Amino acid sequence: MHRPEPESTSYLRAALSGMALTFKHMVNPTKVTQQYPEEMTDLSPRWRGTHVMEQHADGRPKCVACGLCPTVCPANCIRLVGGEDDQGNRYPIVYEIDEFRCIFCGMCQEVCPVEAIHVGRHFENAEYTRDRFVYDLDRLMEQDHPSTLLWDPSDPSSE
Amino acid sequence: MEPISGIPAIVAMALKNLGIFTLVILVVAYATYAERRVSAFIQDRRGPNRVGPFGLLQPIADGIKNILKEETLPGTASRFFFILAPILVLVPSLVTFAVIPIAAPLPTRWGVVDMIIADVPIGILYVLAFSSLAVYGVVLGGWASNNKYAFLGGLRASAQMVSYEVALGLSLIAVLMLAGNVTLTEMVWQQQQLGMWFAFPLSLAFILFVISAFAETNRLPFDMPEAESELVTGYHTEYSAMKFSAFMISEFGHMVTASALMATIFLGGWDLPGTWDNAFWYNGQLISGFAENGTPIAAQPAVWKTLLTFGGFAAKTGFFLLVYIWIRWTLPRFRYDQVMALGWKVMLPTSLGYVMLVAMTILVLDELGVQYGFLFGLVLTAVSGAATLSFMFFLDRGRTIAGAGAQRTQKVEVKTTPTAVVSGRAEPAPAGD
Repeated sequence: MHRPEPESTSYLRAALSGMALTFKHMVNPTKVTQQYPEEMTDLSPRWRGTHVMEQHADGRPKCVACGLCPTVCPANCIRLVGGEDDQGNRYPIVYEIDEFRCIFCGMCQEVCPVEAIHVGRHFENAEYTRDRFVYDLDRLMEQDHPSTLLWDPSDPSSE
Repeated sequence: MEPISGIPAIVAMALKNLGIFTLVILVVAYATYAERRVSAFIQDRRGPNRVGPFGLLQPIADGIKNILKEETLPGTASRFFFILAPILVLVPSLVTFAVIPIAAPLPTRWGVVDMIIADVPIGILYVLAFSSLAVYGVVLGGWASNNKYAFLGGLRASAQMVSYEVALGLSLIAVLMLAGNVTLTEMVWQQQQLGMWFAFPLSLAFILFVISAFAETNRLPFDMPEAESELVTGYHTEYSAMKFSAFMISEFGHMVTASALMATIFLGGWDLPGTWDNAFWYNGQLISGFAENGTPIAAQPAVWKTLLTFGGFAAKTGFFLLVYIWIRWTLPRFRYDQVMALGWKVMLPTSLGYVMLVAMTILVLDELGVQYGFLFGLVLTAVSGAATLSFMFFLDRGRTIAGAGAQRTQKVEVKTTPTAVVSGRAEPAPAGD
């Protein structure tokens, strides 16, 4: 560690130059504080936030209840109960994501074969009660924020 | 113009009490706001700006929060003294303002009103007495908490405040010799008569007083009693809610009072440049000065003069408050032994020597027949300037007080411990013990 030489360092001058420095910062109008609610922060392009469930034009979820996302999920936060309709199409009867347990790794998005579940560019999920953090299928489909930018629908595995 | 008397005087006194007390409390509240804002600006942040325009209602929100918070009482604390301590700290910091003149006398229909609550003849002694009283509250708070950190904070506070009070008092003696009186109104008058503020002819006393005042108010770089990194928050560790708030108010109250005191003693108080605002009660008559033949000239008090001089006083006090905050967010805290070394080895001898120097200069000037006036002040300014420069020279570069880096060159005598003692200590306990 560099220590000042006792006989060559002026404490008064050092103190005064410190005062000058703080004064310069005091009158400097550029501040680093982000005025958060008014001024949104720039999200990283790979930001992974609240999930979004994509849907068909007729409002059905794109999910085919294949069961890959609950399997791959490291936090075990996805609950899926699949069903089958008259034509033999599989669809989710129950699809719930616990946003409290989720670690936002984005593996559900990567593993999904039909590009149904996505992580989105959204992070303001404050609620008054804890059970409100379990997002069911309807709520996941209602989410209207864009999905993460690094994810390209034509190139889902970024190849 | 006659001084106000009778029932109007009582009404005026009540109004002055109310006004000045409210003013001090308001300034204290907004000093906390200023502290947070200025510290934020210094650190390139914005500070509190959410409550009201520019965050100006923040002190009120803080006050409401502190009143609504739960009052905790530590189970092992001494209940009576625990509650008494914040009161003992708060009251002296607020009553000190009573002897500080805040503006030129105000003319009214019923007579002239002095803009000071109590123009007591003991003036500055009253201030010193009450500022020493505050240390009891701090020590008592630390002791009554029954907490080792709080107690250490209280002990440090007492040691520090007692040490620096010596230098504070001695630096004031130089002022008293020049002013020839202890009342603060007379000090303002003498500065008007001298033609310059005491900060110039008594520059070294000014510097010593400012340093001591920082130590007395427990502000950085002298905030040993509440050194967060060592003592949690020192003497008020166990306090919460409004009792904690009382300690904070008293800290800022001391700051405001000390700023006003420094402004009054060394920057002329409410005095503004020029002789138009001079006013002083001389043999029951408000005068603005003396003619060549010694006859007093009657002063012409006016409302605009009062307002303007009050503005001057507020500006000077505000300047010192800003310096307090500015220094706090610039300089790091002293080490405890450095505080004591500075107090006893530097401040005390310097202020003693300076008292001698000022006394000799005044004596020589009197013997030479120099009238108390501008020339008198100039000579003192030159002498004090030389003293200040040499003080700076010796204080600087680690000659008398130094940081940790300077300790390398100091010779440390390593005492060789007799081996017998060492082996005796290391010996295992006898079997069967």
